[in-house]
Amino acid sequence: MSPERAQRVVVTGDGPVLVEGPVEIDLPDGTRVLSQRPVTALCVCRRSARYPICDTSHRTRKKTEESS
Amino acid sequence: MTTTAPAPVRRARPALPRARGPLSAAVLDLLRGGAAPAVGATGADPFGEDLQLALYVCYELHYRGFAGVDDELEWSPELLAFRRSLESVFLAALRGAVPGGDDVAAEIASLVTEVPGERGVSHHLRRRGEPWQFREYIALRSAYHLKEADPQAWVIPRLDGHAKAALVSVEHDEYGAGRGELMHARLFGDMMLELGLSDEYGAYLDASPAQVLAEVNFMSLAGLHRSLRGALVGQFAVVELTSSPGSARLVAAAQRLGLGPATVGFYAEHVEADAVHEQVVRHGIIAPLVAEDPAMAADVVFGMQAATLLDDRLGEHVMAAWGEGRSALVRELPPAP
Ligand code: FES
Ligand SMILES: [Fe+2]
Ligand SMILES: [Fe+2]
Repeated sequence: MSPERAQRVVVTGDGPVLVEGPVEIDLPDGTRVLSQRPVTALCVCRRSARYPICDTSHRTRKKTEESS
Repeated sequence: MTTTAPAPVRRARPALPRARGPLSAAVLDLLRGGAAPAVGATGADPFGEDLQLALYVCYELHYRGFAGVDDELEWSPELLAFRRSLESVFLAALRGAVPGGDDVAAEIASLVTEVPGERGVSHHLRRRGEPWQFREYIALRSAYHLKEADPQAWVIPRLDGHAKAALVSVEHDEYGAGRGELMHARLFGDMMLELGLSDEYGAYLDASPAQVLAEVNFMSLAGLHRSLRGALVGQFAVVELTSSPGSARLVAAAQRLGLGPATVGFYAEHVEADAVHEQVVRHGIIAPLVAEDPAMAADVVFGMQAATLLDDRLGEHVMAAWGEGRSALVRELPPAP
């Protein structure tokens, strides 16, 4: 048995994918994003203003939206 | 060979605040060596300046104490008995002001549903807040943020298993993941200095209105009472579930106002950190806590509703004052340097 603890990845279903960090994220355009935090929330809805890091933009919005 | 130890950081302890009525005057008197309070809390305004300051001062003995006050007074039976009477009035008022229930999922759903047209302090700051309003907001928030995560740390020994491990992982992050210079309370202090405010613990206590004190008092109340551990978790959830979008608005506000890197950085950190914390709080803390003890659900709901109520009251107070061009603080800040 490996003494190393397996890295845990949590698929939340309604939001981001949680990855135990620190992690480097390579994007298709060749850029690389480094996240130093103990757990990183990876955006999988693609709506994040800080993509590839989740900023909770995946949340449902009420319809009473004011255009701003 | 000579080794030099890092210079110890010695900070003056906060000064006692000014009294705001008979209850706070009685507590301050006791801390200065006076006799047990002769006044009672019954009939006092539960959300008023006097009761909230009296309670806040009682709780501060469990955090940092005050200059010239004996640390042992933390466990003075007279003071604890008086605190108890203040807490009963506050807690009864909170229970009476919220609908209650035990539908945790519904409460969470309402907390994470964003209404983009919403009014509120962070919305206002993002759209058209002025520099003096941003500074006031930071001074108002300093009562909590300079001890960020401390009130919630009281609950750790009252939890067990998965909920405990998950809560500690969030707290670890709030405390800078092992690095003192990255503690969120320190990052907040750095922002205060950048904005020309004092980062000294307690510097704005005399300037903090009852709405600010009530919010922090609720955290201390729920943190210090094991019987309110579910409510503490609910309170913590409100902070972590609503912080990301609010912090993103404050990043936008700080950028629009041309504020510095520590200010933008504090809120940018909270956009990302609290997107993670939300998930950990929901799936790692609340779910196992309620699964293990279904009776916790009503307490968690109470904590969420009470924290939301107090946050709304603060928001209404701030927007009402600013709407009239007035300071939202008890005492206006000196102008920015
Ligand atoms: S998954 Fe959260 S913003 Fe995309
Ligand atoms: Fe934080
Ligand atoms: Fe957080």
